[in-house]
Amino acid sequence: MSTRLAKQGRLIDRSKKVTFTFNGTSMQGYEGDTLASALLANDQMMVGRSFKYHRPRGVVASGAEEPNALVGLGQGNRFEPNQRATTTELFNGLTAISQNHWPSLEHDIGAVNTAFARFLPAGFYYKTFIHPKPFWKHVYEPFIRQSAGLGKAPDKDSRDADTYEHFYAFTDVLVIGGGVAGLQAAKAAAASGAKVLLIEQSAYWGGRAPVDGGTVNDEPVDKFVEQLVSELETMDNVSMRSRCMGAGVYDHGYVLGYERLTDHTPGVQGPRHRLWRIRAKQIVTATGAIERPLSFAGNDVPGVMLASAMRDYAVNWGVNPGERVIVATNNDDAYRTAITLKQAGVDVLRIVDARATAGPLAEEARQLGIRVDPGKAIAKVKGGKRVKKVAICNQEGVGGAREEVEADAVAMSGGWSPVVHMWSHCGGKLTWDDANAFFRPDPSRPPLGANGEGFVLAAGASNGALVLGDVLTDAHAVGKAAAKAAGFKPKNIKAPVGETTAEAPMEAVWLMPANAEIQLRMKSWLDFQNDVKVSDVQLAAREGYESVEHTKRYTTLGMATDQGKLSNINGLAILADALESEIPKVGTTTFRPPYTPISMGAIGGEARGEVFQPIRQTPMHNWHDRNGADWEPVGHWRRTYAYVRPGESVHDAVNREVKNTRDNLGLLDASTLGKLIVKGPDAGKFLDIMYTNMMSTLIVGKCRYGLMCSENGFLIDDGVVARIDKDTWLCHTTTGGAERIHGHMEEWLQTEWWDWKVYVANVTEQYAQVAVVGPNARKVLEKLNAQAGGGMDLSKEALPFMEWRDGKIGEFDARAYRISFSGELSYEIAVPASQGQAFWDALFEAGQEFGVMPYGTECLHILRAEKGFIMIGDETDGTVIPQDLGLHWALSKKKEDYLGKRAHSRSHMADPERWKLVGLETVDGSVLPDGAYAVGEGVNANGQRNMIGRVTSTYFSANLGKGIAMGLIKHGPDRMGEIVEFPGTDGKTYKAKIVDPIFFDKDGEKQNV
Amino acid sequence: MKHYSAFAVAREALRYHTGWERAWRSPEPKKRYDVIIIGAGGHGLATAYYLGKNYGIQNVAVIEKGWLGGGNTGRNTTIIRSNYLQDPSAAIYEKARGLYEDLSQDLNYNIMFSPRGVIMLAQTQHEIRGYQRTAHANALQGVKTEWIGPERVKELVPIINLDGPRYPVLGGLWQERGGTARHDAVAWGYARACSAMGMDIIQQCEVTGVRSQDGRVVGVDTTKGAIDCDKLGIVVAGHSGQLAEMAGFRLPLEAVALQALVSEPIKPCMDVVVMANTVHGYMSQSDKGEMVIGGGTDGFNNFTQRGSFHHIEETVRALVETFPMISRLKMLRQWGGIVDMTGDRSPILSKTPLGGCFINCGWGTGGFKAIPGSGWGMAQLMATGHSPLTEAFSLDRFKEGRFIDESVAAGVAH
Repeated sequence: MSTRLAKQGRLIDRSKKVTFTFNGTSMQGYEGDTLASALLANDQMMVGRSFKYHRPRGVVASGAEEPNALVGLGQGNRFEPNQRATTTELFNGLTAISQNHWPSLEHDIGAVNTAFARFLPAGFYYKTFIHPKPFWKHVYEPFIRQSAGLGKAPDKDSRDADTYEHFYAFTDVLVIGGGVAGLQAAKAAAASGAKVLLIEQSAYWGGRAPVDGGTVNDEPVDKFVEQLVSELETMDNVSMRSRCMGAGVYDHGYVLGYERLTDHTPGVQGPRHRLWRIRAKQIVTATGAIERPLSFAGNDVPGVMLASAMRDYAVNWGVNPGERVIVATNNDDAYRTAITLKQAGVDVLRIVDARATAGPLAEEARQLGIRVDPGKAIAKVKGGKRVKKVAICNQEGVGGAREEVEADAVAMSGGWSPVVHMWSHCGGKLTWDDANAFFRPDPSRPPLGANGEGFVLAAGASNGALVLGDVLTDAHAVGKAAAKAAGFKPKNIKAPVGETTAEAPMEAVWLMPANAEIQLRMKSWLDFQNDVKVSDVQLAAREGYESVEHTKRYTTLGMATDQGKLSNINGLAILADALESEIPKVGTTTFRPPYTPISMGAIGGEARGEVFQPIRQTPMHNWHDRNGADWEPVGHWRRTYAYVRPGESVHDAVNREVKNTRDNLGLLDASTLGKLIVKGPDAGKFLDIMYTNMMSTLIVGKCRYGLMCSENGFLIDDGVVARIDKDTWLCHTTTGGAERIHGHMEEWLQTEWWDWKVYVANVTEQYAQVAVVGPNARKVLEKLNAQAGGGMDLSKEALPFMEWRDGKIGEFDARAYRISFSGELSYEIAVPASQGQAFWDALFEAGQEFGVMPYGTECLHILRAEKGFIMIGDETDGTVIPQDLGLHWALSKKKEDYLGKRAHSRSHMADPERWKLVGLETVDGSVLPDGAYAVGEGVNANGQRNMIGRVTSTYFSANLGKGIAMGLIKHGPDRMGEIVEFPGTDGKTYKAKIVDPIFFDKDGEKQNV
Repeated sequence: MKHYSAFAVAREALRYHTGWERAWRSPEPKKRYDVIIIGAGGHGLATAYYLGKNYGIQNVAVIEKGWLGGGNTGRNTTIIRSNYLQDPSAAIYEKARGLYEDLSQDLNYNIMFSPRGVIMLAQTQHEIRGYQRTAHANALQGVKTEWIGPERVKELVPIINLDGPRYPVLGGLWQERGGTARHDAVAWGYARACSAMGMDIIQQCEVTGVRSQDGRVVGVDTTKGAIDCDKLGIVVAGHSGQLAEMAGFRLPLEAVALQALVSEPIKPCMDVVVMANTVHGYMSQSDKGEMVIGGGTDGFNNFTQRGSFHHIEETVRALVETFPMISRLKMLRQWGGIVDMTGDRSPILSKTPLGGCFINCGWGTGGFKAIPGSGWGMAQLMATGHSPLTEAFSLDRFKEGRFIDESVAAGVAH
């Protein structure tokens, strides 16, 4: 059984007990424990079930690479599935549940899969579940989905109780990893004066070195770490963040840091995670190395652990994972585990070393009384939910002649793999190191920055240096190199001298025993979480899934939540062997961010709920809200769809607004309309290119309705352009178009006509704009002037249609545009945004005697439709050209060029078959369904019903008392009076007559008063 | 080809699966083929398959620079739908969707077509009108879709937040027989079936030149030597421009990175595919349990299969808003694929200025769902010189201005 040791545990405080629950059972640990170490201390060997076969799973590692010990953590709105117990710091009240089993961890129905494992090899699901066809959706898939998945989903209605934030950091040198390599690299870089940011994923500095032991400058390594940390802490140009993982490296030295602020102290005020977006001139990855498992039968039984993890549990947390331990290895490092355990009083039965000879550590072990068996291997580990017996055989051969030993834990070491993820994310290449049997960064092929130079350097174990002395030498040099590459002059400070232990070379052992028979290979796990075994990779190779990507995808090797941190290299080796190729030729799969999974909450950051996207508000927003606004999102704005009075439906409100605006006086908040100032000596020339109409000839004081087309000739925006002075135009755009059109103008200015003297400024929010509309429009404005004893002349003669004036209206500085989108007498009045509400209030008060009512966007739409005015986004959809809408008059024939002119000469643009704008009236006065299509005879070559047109906008007109619509119909203008049919999705067919699109006041008498 | 079935698996289990044969052969190229397809992604393999199956043209090679299915076929978010607006799009995507329905049985390879349904959310008045228009068009195009209200959306997607303060869900366009499939399996299934017909799939073989005589293609140069052919199909997505250049013509294409990501696997919590265009993001749950999330394209052209982080951020933020419970899930992996985009965002399936040379490209962000239909139409075009499925997607349309623009939902309102 696994228990707490009497002594040891450098990270725990035995005076502070911590209570937590696992599957509802209360357990105790100490402050400083991880959930994994505390579970082991409570002899909880089995902590979960595997993905495919639901096999019992125990803790196998001690850090981020853990594939098995995943739990559901927390409750309610703080529940989180798939948390790694090995990186979860223990706290009082922690609740954890194990995953992927039913009804319980101990008794799981799904474990029946294990019995049938032989029938469920890699990719079996591609060969089965094919018949009968409906069974996939209704039987097989639901069953597979239920048994797959890992942790349970948070409740469907759960709302994350925590908050998240984003930080930005800019640094000369970023060091990822706070082990001895990272610390030393940071120091060497910082000595040059460079600004250094050092981040470490765990809560502790020093990494593995204090566990592995050894000396630096003749002092114990933990002392060295302590001194180095306090030295760095005093340096002004060094920032250090623990619990902050380097998650991803992107182009241009952009790095993602993932800081876990309150995961270990839930309930504490403040954000739970902080996402750091770091820009670094140079990045040093000092991310260490990860030990590899050995592939022998039963290597997945709870109690089989990485040798280094077992050492961590003993030294860091004072936990003894077993009482009778067998160590299996192909290298010297695992001897440290044996020695550490033995010295802690654990019975280390023997060291099974696949090699013929080991280094000096073997002698040390022997002297402690540990039996060392060279040339031996584990044939099989027996036991279901925990290790019971270990069968030992010769490494050479097929695994016969076994000796069985009773044991309760196995420490395994297949060598080490540098953590090359951060090196590789942005394109750094790897080289195969045959002596150590691992991939390490190829310094000649780093990720390249914009200047063609590398911007990532690897240091220490992540650079392939495994021994303390080498690690420090390498890290020191790399730190200096990073400072230099960042433009600083490195100081010639002395590198620390780390102890170098002589070690015998490791020997690559990809399978134990070397020629294990199939029955053993079917039980030798590569990917513990996804249940991929040696035999699965071999099967993939046999079936032609030879590319490493094919093998990965066919077997799911390395696709688990640990993303192959333990399994990839072992799997590659098996694949290479099966293909009779070499590992470097087979290559690795792609390393993708993040290094370990990061929360969606952190990625989203602060922008949740109301502030998910900014809501843009006009100066009169709150008035609308108080006065019954039924809101409609338009871009980032909220606009009033209609002002609904108590007891009224939205539809009633719209009808009331429509009638009142035609009969009396309506006010529309038009502040959201885009307003772009285009200014400069070349502004006229520029606008002539942007608009299809001629804008350079517009007279100061006048307005012109303009159209804009894309390069392909399609209508993209419209609006009234006013010439303010010789060099200045003000262009109105649609509400949704302001930013887009601004960007569109800038793009052309910056890429094509960068030498033209033109500036564009978006002044949309600088003005509040009110459309004063209706027969009483002039009266109300003149009343304001009268009250103030003066103001601009708003008469027909002084301010004719399509002109504008600056001046005073009442007390207000105003710019009045005499323009109309409703066919009524109408003034659009812009005042400084700060005066918007006061102006609106003044109009509203003065307008009482004239029947004033505010109106919303739907009323606006109906008024314009009654007049046959087109609306961008309704009559246009990116496929419509001005000619389709009868807007030929707005296409200048005098201009040499404008955007879209060349496109309009393409043959299809002049095709007589194009659908053209008409008005539509249902035969029975009802409202045509929005978006309905008109049908012709028969079907096309693809069997689709032939269509001859469509409804582009459709409304009930309260003024006319019937439905009115606009549409695009083939040969429409030539078919006035004809009836066309529109099949509805409700099964009915609507009949409508083709009519003139101007339904109301055809001669425009109402606006010309 | 050994038939796949539960019985075959059981039989093989008794001999420890040592009797399985290769899913596809790995031959050296012959001197000459009737047809060469460049590109062993889904579209290329499907083209080859239907050339053989529908037209009896089986002396075919599919040449692949890397490994088959290794491009966008294996990088997408596996969504299958045909609720397109314009006639030519609806026709080819619905053809594809229909073929997907029976593809597992047709190929004797379980591609796991899962017609679980696809919802496209409407979150503005403008979107409501857009989707109602699509519903009307689809009804006439033979594509079964319907407009559904928010209550029905919630019923189908219990984890959705209808009342987000920013963009409440107002309803959606629902295609009940849309869904997902196992993307790799589609490529593998076609490859296995092509190989069984005697076609050669030649991986790790890069085309270095296109040879022609008197305005007609006569073969290709490759890293495995010259190979002759009567007809050539270029089906290489992101690198179409380079191949076209070898064949002596230019294409109106640009390449951008499109990104996707998955969460860690969890037990089933979402049975349908949801796309939210206003906030930019879509999500479904794979059979393995991962939430599969798709986002936008980078705003700049490039060939790295990485992409930038800010798009991931934008997408995840949008989906946390739409499905608040995912806030405490974790992103497991993000990746990018290079998509080839045309000016109207619709594909090109066409003859080319070079006689006997055909091109299939420009699928942009939506190619996976089209694979069977694209292959079907392309095979018809290559075999007979004409296909109603591909006719509107010809290269000439850019000259004539006959665009097929599906981006109408990105409109504006006053």
